[in-house]
Amino acid sequence: MPSEIKTKVIEIIAEQAVLEPSDVREDQSLDDLGIDSLGLVECIFAIEEGFDISVPFNANEPTQSDFDISSVASIITAVQSLIAEQSR
Amino acid sequence: MRRVVITGAGTVNALGLDVPSTMEAMREGRCGISELNFRDVDRLSIKIGGQIHDWNTENRFNRQQIALYDRFTQFALTAAKEAIEQSGLVFNGDLSAKSGVILGTSGGGLTTQDDNYRMVYEEGKNRVHPFVVPKLMNNASCSHVSMEYNLKGPSFTVATACASSNHAMGQAFNMVRCGMATAMVTGGSESMLCFGGVKAWEGLRVMSKDACRPFSLNRNGMVQGEGAAVFVFEDYEHAKARGADILCEVIGFAMTSDASDIVMPSKQGAARAILGAITDAKLNRDEVGYINAHGTGTAANDKTECAAVADVLGHHADKVMISSTKSMHGHLIGGTGAVELLACIMALKDGVIAPTINYEEPDPECALDVVPNTARDAKVDVVLSNAFAFGGLNAVIALRKAA
Repeated sequence: MPSEIKTKVIEIIAEQAVLEPSDVREDQSLDDLGIDSLGLVECIFAIEEGFDISVPFNANEPTQSDFDISSVASIITAVQSLIAEQSR
Repeated sequence: MRRVVITGAGTVNALGLDVPSTMEAMREGRCGISELNFRDVDRLSIKIGGQIHDWNTENRFNRQQIALYDRFTQFALTAAKEAIEQSGLVFNGDLSAKSGVILGTSGGGLTTQDDNYRMVYEEGKNRVHPFVVPKLMNNASCSHVSMEYNLKGPSFTVATACASSNHAMGQAFNMVRCGMATAMVTGGSESMLCFGGVKAWEGLRVMSKDACRPFSLNRNGMVQGEGAAVFVFEDYEHAKARGADILCEVIGFAMTSDASDIVMPSKQGAARAILGAITDAKLNRDEVGYINAHGTGTAANDKTECAAVADVLGHHADKVMISSTKSMHGHLIGGTGAVELLACIMALKDGVIAPTINYEEPDPECALDVVPNTARDAKVDVVLSNAFAFGGLNAVIALRKAA
């Protein structure tokens, strides 16, 4: 399951970045991938729809959220923990 | 070029159902934002807004009127009544032919759309009321005001999201100024506080769940409001000749487009609009005493707006007072510039600057005098009112104290 989550998150991010999933590295930030604030909001929407979870995120205070968006890896970890929390 | 003055004002909003009660609330720094109350509110994650709770449609309008008047039209008609009665104008003959209505709105009859979509999609009904279209159309409020008061001159509706009202009033101003109209009824109206209206905004992730705190470091987004404000803009000579009470003078207007991003504001676009209004009004920058800010309480707007004001005013930016009354009445989207013009009139006429309430922590990126939390007595002769819309469309109005 964790690797499926990872694959799916990378696919979502790749689609926003207009890249192949294989070109997205986990250490990259959304900024590195050329994803702007609107792209970020779209990614979060796609993650919520794709995993049927609710992501706590306010665009006014992106760094205050528990949902860590600093890199592709951190987003994958955050999605994994949200799925674990919200499937309880 | 003719001089243009305001001879009537009317409003309904979360702070009050007329101008005196709204100004009193602004003077007291009262917050009109509260728990939202409408169908399906439990399915929203944003549950606060500047909602008008004590509206009571049935006591205000008869059954035939309610069948035709969406809530945004009801707001506009009520505000227009107060404004036109205050002006003392009766529109007949030539005056009627040379006077019109220009109102701003963004959502138009959104409540009507919301209710009827729900009926056909959710409830599976296959028939809608015959008046759905004339009730929901964006120009319904404008047309009903024109019909009610016999206004037969140039009339239309402006939709530029959060700048709609300022764009509308700017057109009205220029029409009177150039002699195309003798008087114009102008302002804006919005009623977006319904399930679909708030749900759509939720999606953008820019809304606050607890409060609107413009310019405060801990601000976390905008809060929607609803209501209307309507004004009578009149040729100065016409107003003087009939001995009308003049609330203030409209002296300048400018509009620009950022041409850059559909949601992120641009400092340059805002600055060009502010400077444009100052230039149009033939002002020196240091004459500006107060600015009613767009001040949405989002991270992006407030710092961009402060930077634009600082750029245009230079050293004078440290002396000017700038406040956002959205902290009290919420963001009325297409009606917001009109309600905010009341704070400008209050500053010029009564010498009271409306505060930015909920101000808790200074933000070094918004280091201007934002008149935090408490209204201030101050004599100002010239004020500006900013509006910067999604889509990068900016509109700024300049006003002067009545001579």
